[in-house]
Amino acid sequence: MSFQLDVEVRLGAFEVTVAFDAGPGVTALFGPSGAGKTSILNMIAGVLRPSRGRIVADGVTMFDSVAAVNVPPQGRAVGYVFQDGRLFPHLSVRSNLTYGYRLVPIDRRYVHPTEVVDLLGLSDLLDRRPANLSGGEQQRVAIGRALLTSPRILLLDEPLSSLDAGRKAEIMPYLERLAGHLRVPMIYVSHDPAEIARLANRVVHVAEGRVVRVENAAVPEIGRTS
Amino acid sequence: MFDVAPADWEAIRLSLKVGAWSVAGSLPLGFLLAYAFSRYTFPFKSLITAVIHLPLVLPPVVTGFALLLLFGTRGPLGHFLSAVFGITIAFRWTGAAVAAAIMGLPLMVRAMRLSIDAVDRRLETAAHTLGAGRWRAFLTITLPLSLPGILAGAILSFAKSFGEFGATITFVSNIPGETRTVPIAIYSLLQSPGGEAPAIRLAVISVIISLAAVLGADAVERRYMARKAG
Repeated sequence: MSFQLDVEVRLGAFEVTVAFDAGPGVTALFGPSGAGKTSILNMIAGVLRPSRGRIVADGVTMFDSVAAVNVPPQGRAVGYVFQDGRLFPHLSVRSNLTYGYRLVPIDRRYVHPTEVVDLLGLSDLLDRRPANLSGGEQQRVAIGRALLTSPRILLLDEPLSSLDAGRKAEIMPYLERLAGHLRVPMIYVSHDPAEIARLANRVVHVAEGRVVRVENAAVPEIGRTS
Repeated sequence: MFDVAPADWEAIRLSLKVGAWSVAGSLPLGFLLAYAFSRYTFPFKSLITAVIHLPLVLPPVVTGFALLLLFGTRGPLGHFLSAVFGITIAFRWTGAAVAAAIMGLPLMVRAMRLSIDAVDRRLETAAHTLGAGRWRAFLTITLPLSLPGILAGAILSFAKSFGEFGATITFVSNIPGETRTVPIAIYSLLQSPGGEAPAIRLAVISVIISLAAVLGADAVERRYMARKAG
């Protein structure tokens, strides 16, 4: 289970040029707002097309500008937890969770609903609608939904940023359990050093569209890049 | 007052038939147009939008006259339809349905477009990352989320079709049992001595039917919203 990224994209006057590898465990993308962290996740997910470069996950090439490979997002098996949740408002929690699961070929499934419901404590929420969930519950469902696609890599884009301190504390243990449970790489975007200290095995420091430093120590130096 | 004459029933049945066929026929086109207007830019977009909205602002008699020129037996489209398919729509109830559909189309497209505009496209992106291709994302996310607007558009168009007068009478005239819909029947009654009482009867019936349609649409929409919320 490995992941390699070496891409470049131009967004108006802003340019993102990044390269890093990720193994099993949590790789944090750490940096100030506007550093290009979400753009990096969007390129991995296939939502944003790099102008040049290569993305390989678990030995499968998802993008290669030289070989003209560009797998569409629906073919990448990249689990993506968005900052704003993006649960489907017209579907129950259960249907949200299984939306992606049902589309995964049976022989490729390695994550199953009972396991996810257990891991994320969702059993009491299954028949509810997203509108009736708290922010923290919504993010747990969003994590479960992404996880149930049996992804090659799991992307989390500041999943706690929209939550208050109490909700963050509520969801953190689930993220820690997830990190210990999952064998595929997790890319965790954040600008909160405390979150990263608790979760990350590696920290990729990003600023102004560039990787400025990679460290294996879990604790980033506060203030260095922000 | 409420012993409804057979001729009145005929007009009501005809109006319902014209309304139903006009909505059923224009629904796919209306949705396609609404979706294209909402999501794409293409050449002549504003011109096409303007042409579709024209029946809303033109005197209906002008729309009917234009239809007569186009679809009359000697009109280019009318000649084509009758020569190739053996179909004539001028002075037939089918023509009334076509006139009603064209008059209702701007209302339908407008309501549908607003609801498609309101669908959060980031939800479609989320569906793609969950493995859904374009069609699946459309059928499972975009379409159900824009359903209230589709329904509202269909109801508005039906109500318009049920009561369309000017374009209909100009295009397909006033033939009992064929093109004499409720509004045209009311008009005819008012033209004849002693027709006022039966005209009021028909008027009340058309108010009831239109009101039922609008209330029905409202109820379905509220149920849909409640389902979404809970």
